[in-house]
Amino acid sequence: MAETVSTSSENPSRRDFIYIATGAAGVVGAGLYAWPLIDQMNPAADTKALSTTEVDLSSVEEGQQIIVKWQGKPVFVRHRTQKEIDEARAVDITTLRDPATDEQRLVVNGEGKYEPQYLIMIGICTHLGCVPIGNNAGDYDGWFCPCHGSHYDTAGRIRKGPAPKNLVLPPYQYLNDTLVKIG
Amino acid sequence: MSGYPGYDPKSGFEKWLDARLPIIRLGYDTFIFPTPRNLNYWWTFGGILAVILMSQIITGIILAMHYVPHVDLAFDSVQHIKRDVNFGWMLQPMHAVGASMMFLAVYIHMFRGIYYGSYKSPREVLWIVGVVIYLLMMATGFMGYVLPWGQMSFWGATVITNLFSAFPLIGESITQWLWGGFAVDDPTLNRFFSLHFVLPFAILGLVILHVWALHVPGNNNPTGVSVKNVDKDTLPFHPYYTVKDGFAIVVFLMVFVAFVFFMPDALNHPDNYIRANPLVTPPHIVPEWYYLPFYAMLRAVPNKLGGVITMFGAIAVLFVLPWLDTSKVRSMRYRPLAKLFFIIFVLACVGLGWAGAKSPTDLVFVTGTDAATGAPTGLSFLWFARILTLYYYAFFVVILPVLGLVEKPKDRPESIEKSVLKSAPKEA
Repeated sequence: MAETVSTSSENPSRRDFIYIATGAAGVVGAGLYAWPLIDQMNPAADTKALSTTEVDLSSVEEGQQIIVKWQGKPVFVRHRTQKEIDEARAVDITTLRDPATDEQRLVVNGEGKYEPQYLIMIGICTHLGCVPIGNNAGDYDGWFCPCHGSHYDTAGRIRKGPAPKNLVLPPYQYLNDTLVKIG
Repeated sequence: MSGYPGYDPKSGFEKWLDARLPIIRLGYDTFIFPTPRNLNYWWTFGGILAVILMSQIITGIILAMHYVPHVDLAFDSVQHIKRDVNFGWMLQPMHAVGASMMFLAVYIHMFRGIYYGSYKSPREVLWIVGVVIYLLMMATGFMGYVLPWGQMSFWGATVITNLFSAFPLIGESITQWLWGGFAVDDPTLNRFFSLHFVLPFAILGLVILHVWALHVPGNNNPTGVSVKNVDKDTLPFHPYYTVKDGFAIVVFLMVFVAFVFFMPDALNHPDNYIRANPLVTPPHIVPEWYYLPFYAMLRAVPNKLGGVITMFGAIAVLFVLPWLDTSKVRSMRYRPLAKLFFIIFVLACVGLGWAGAKSPTDLVFVTGTDAATGAPTGLSFLWFARILTLYYYAFFVVILPVLGLVEKPKDRPESIEKSVLKSAPKEA
């Protein structure tokens, strides 16, 4: 192997260029190969297609909550009593951890008016993902998460416990007075 | 056969690690291995196979994330992968075509081993480990083909498992044990999925043994002449053969991706896009192309048990090949008669594959017409397969043993270096 080694000293820049070009092509190629292997774990087309759910609000009685599934997650649909609405509106929002008025927790219907009795939220605690218990649970008559003790009020706002944010609102719109499309 | 300076740890950390877990030394010894300087491109298929095996394992793990091994859901889950999963349209064909590419490469690898006598002393165990890998590949490939649960999957599984029913007395018990029932059904699909997942890791383990067994005597080479002087006859594997193998791998991958992107179903059968139906067998049922020669042997024998034994025997004979070949000369480059019989052997294997794809009553060529019926007469594929099967066995059990005793080999080069530098000026 004596005659096959060490030709690099005579023209180092040329050899360096080949090394760098080969390395660069290899890195780009490896990246192009790796991306499909990673991206295949993202939601598939059929999973993404399951993105809307319709809910008939007239089936929810006052003081009652139903849970519908949207994108594999629970969505709370609560028909609030007047007492709950009054409680939610009496709060000084500057004292809240994640300040929001009661109306900011709602969406206007087709005529531009709020339907304050219907509160729609994703039923996942913003702490670590458990489903809070409803029906006036906790210290604030709203929801209480059994996992680590977060208390939410009657507008689903965080009041006490480790959770950092209010219960998240899903994107939804009123199709008519009592029909809502989530997603 | 180490004549190279070994691994010399430079930094303090390398010395510390080398005294505790000499893993850098292992990599060094593996890649700076003295390799004959005259290896040709037929020697690149080992590296090609390693790359395809890794590709199969990676894409296979991914497919298993999306596949459902249940008779009601398997077929749809494969369609789900191809249509809905991100890049599934590419990953599923990579795996299916990859199986074909792996068999293509392994057949070239095996023919190369036979031509250059790579199974001969001291490489018998290396060869036998290779044959075991090939057997496991056949089992793995077969079970993988069953998973999409199309018509060919189902009936392929039925036919192959029924091979074991040929054995007298215990045959039925074996097939029921394989099926987990009284026909190919959900339990069969589940166990095939489980085994199809785990066997490639067994293959990977055997590949490590294969490389280990290779690194004890070192590579054979096209002359078959053993390395005599490490400095003159060999080059370090890296960079010389990493580059040569790398180039061959790139060329091979171009063929591979041409299939994946432009004709992903060319090596498949359209009937496998029909959902498995245990009540109707497709009119023309054939195995994947890489099993066709064995399928032809199975049909060549007009006896159920005889056919099965002939088929399995064709692989079993490979295990004893190192002791059937009596010639001391490794490379057929210097064995004119063996070279001729080898070429006929390769053609016989291809011909058997051709016969396996045809109906046994089809004619290879027409010699005339039947006087009574007017139907053409000639050599049927059944008889074609019988002749070729006979040659296949004769090559191993008659030709190679006898040839070693009667053939007069040509002169071989004194050394690998001399064979490479025939015309070059002699320099020390």
